[in-house]
Amino acid sequence: MKGTPSPQQGTFTPNNPPGLRAQQAKWKLTFVFAVVVLVYMFTSWQTNSSLINLWNGLPDVWRMVGELFPPNWGYATETWGRLSETIQMAIIATTVAGILCIPISLMASSNIAPNKWIYNITKQIMNILRTIPDLLLAVIFVGIFGIGAFSGIMALIIFSLGILAKLLAETIEAIDKNPLEAIRASGGNTLQVIVYGVMPQILPQYTSFTLYVFEINVRASLVLGFVGAGGIGQLLQRSISFFQYGRAMMIIIIIFVAVVIIEYISGKIREEIM
Amino acid sequence: MIEFKDVSLVYPNGTQGLKNINLNIKQGEFVVIVGLSGAGKSTLIRSVNRMVTPTGGELLVDNENILPYKNKKLRELRTKVGMIFQNYNLVKRSTVMKNVIAGRLGHTGTLKSVLNLYSNEDKALAYHNLQRVNISEKVHSRADELSGGQQQRVSIARVLTQQPKVILADEPVASLDPPTSHQVMTYLRKVNKEDNITTIVNLHFIDMAMEYADRIIGMRAGEVVFDGPASTVNESTFEEIYGRKIREEDMVGGEDDEGNA
Repeated sequence: MKGTPSPQQGTFTPNNPPGLRAQQAKWKLTFVFAVVVLVYMFTSWQTNSSLINLWNGLPDVWRMVGELFPPNWGYATETWGRLSETIQMAIIATTVAGILCIPISLMASSNIAPNKWIYNITKQIMNILRTIPDLLLAVIFVGIFGIGAFSGIMALIIFSLGILAKLLAETIEAIDKNPLEAIRASGGNTLQVIVYGVMPQILPQYTSFTLYVFEINVRASLVLGFVGAGGIGQLLQRSISFFQYGRAMMIIIIIFVAVVIIEYISGKIREEIM
Repeated sequence: MIEFKDVSLVYPNGTQGLKNINLNIKQGEFVVIVGLSGAGKSTLIRSVNRMVTPTGGELLVDNENILPYKNKKLRELRTKVGMIFQNYNLVKRSTVMKNVIAGRLGHTGTLKSVLNLYSNEDKALAYHNLQRVNISEKVHSRADELSGGQQQRVSIARVLTQQPKVILADEPVASLDPPTSHQVMTYLRKVNKEDNITTIVNLHFIDMAMEYADRIIGMRAGEVVFDGPASTVNESTFEEIYGRKIREEDMVGGEDDEGNA
């Protein structure tokens, strides 16, 4: 990457062959490289963090790992309730978002939306929704509805709606528009065009996206538990704050196994339908 | 039954699609429109079911000017005027039957059609039309499993299920090989004669036009430059319409393997 100055170019001889890049490009790269290094040094100094901290913290890392093991195996049975709550939250949120995203994504597709206004407004609202992190949504809903799974479900619905509507709108914009023309030409109205022309074309992608969002929701609902939005995350947060690391490790193992199983199943289904 | 009165069409970008068209097409006629690509054949045909909207003149279908039609009236018109496309325009992931029953959409209430609640008569009609074009054994196949010629036959069955008074066919054989092209044209000709459906077909193959048409309309640069019975047409007529010598690519060639209906 680094460029070094070499004798004036223009006259390339066997003793002065051309480099891999033009001289000007070399200087540019050198400059960019220097700026990047300076930015790193500045940020490290400003945040008071360096690799030395990592080195100094190593003993604590080992201590923590030591306390995590052995996991508290007996605790496993007490976590089932919360684990199923997590999965139930994901199921409800994905289903609601999956239904709501259909009309929204149709309005956010340039080829189906009834007019430019609806298209732009829907699209912008979805863009704004997507910029809100799921954790922030959970904090907001816990503030509104109080601690518990309902707040978590609300947060997940909004969060997955943003993702699903965007993915689906892009799929709708890419469909073959010829069949839609045929249905319109045979006297079909907008709703009939959607049901007979659009839906069959997007069904495989729709199913796949919904399963994918379900996976994301299972993982997201773990984190949401940390701010009191229900699910097994809440249990994990409690164990850690009470320094019950054996229990925490047990929960982590259970979450890991559950997520792997869910992703495997949903991955297999998605492979089949695509 | 279809009357163009001084119809013109200027596209928003300023292109003149149609220039002062005056035509009178009678019930049951089989009209073939010929012309080079860009001559306005498609625009002319698509004006009749208002897939494009002429900007001047009057266009009468069943003695009613269709140009001011909107929403409900427009859908009624399209129920009456069926269309066949160059690329068949079937929903590829749906079954043949579902594609054909879609011809009933204009006749069926939104809720009923969304819930797939079709009467037995509708389903029987759809199946009967598949039999008429000899493709009923594919009734539950997915449309994308069919060859091009088969898909075009399904699209003929779809348009028949609509029970139209007029069929518009926009380059229906342009994507097909010669034997299949003849087959599709033979079916179109057959339903035209059996059901007395007015049929307007765009073609650019002159030998096909001469073989199947009752009447040939020639277009160049948005204007009708020839209009007469197919029997009076010969190669020099086409040279006039095209404004150049006839070439090999203007002929589809091939034999009609099923004989004329």
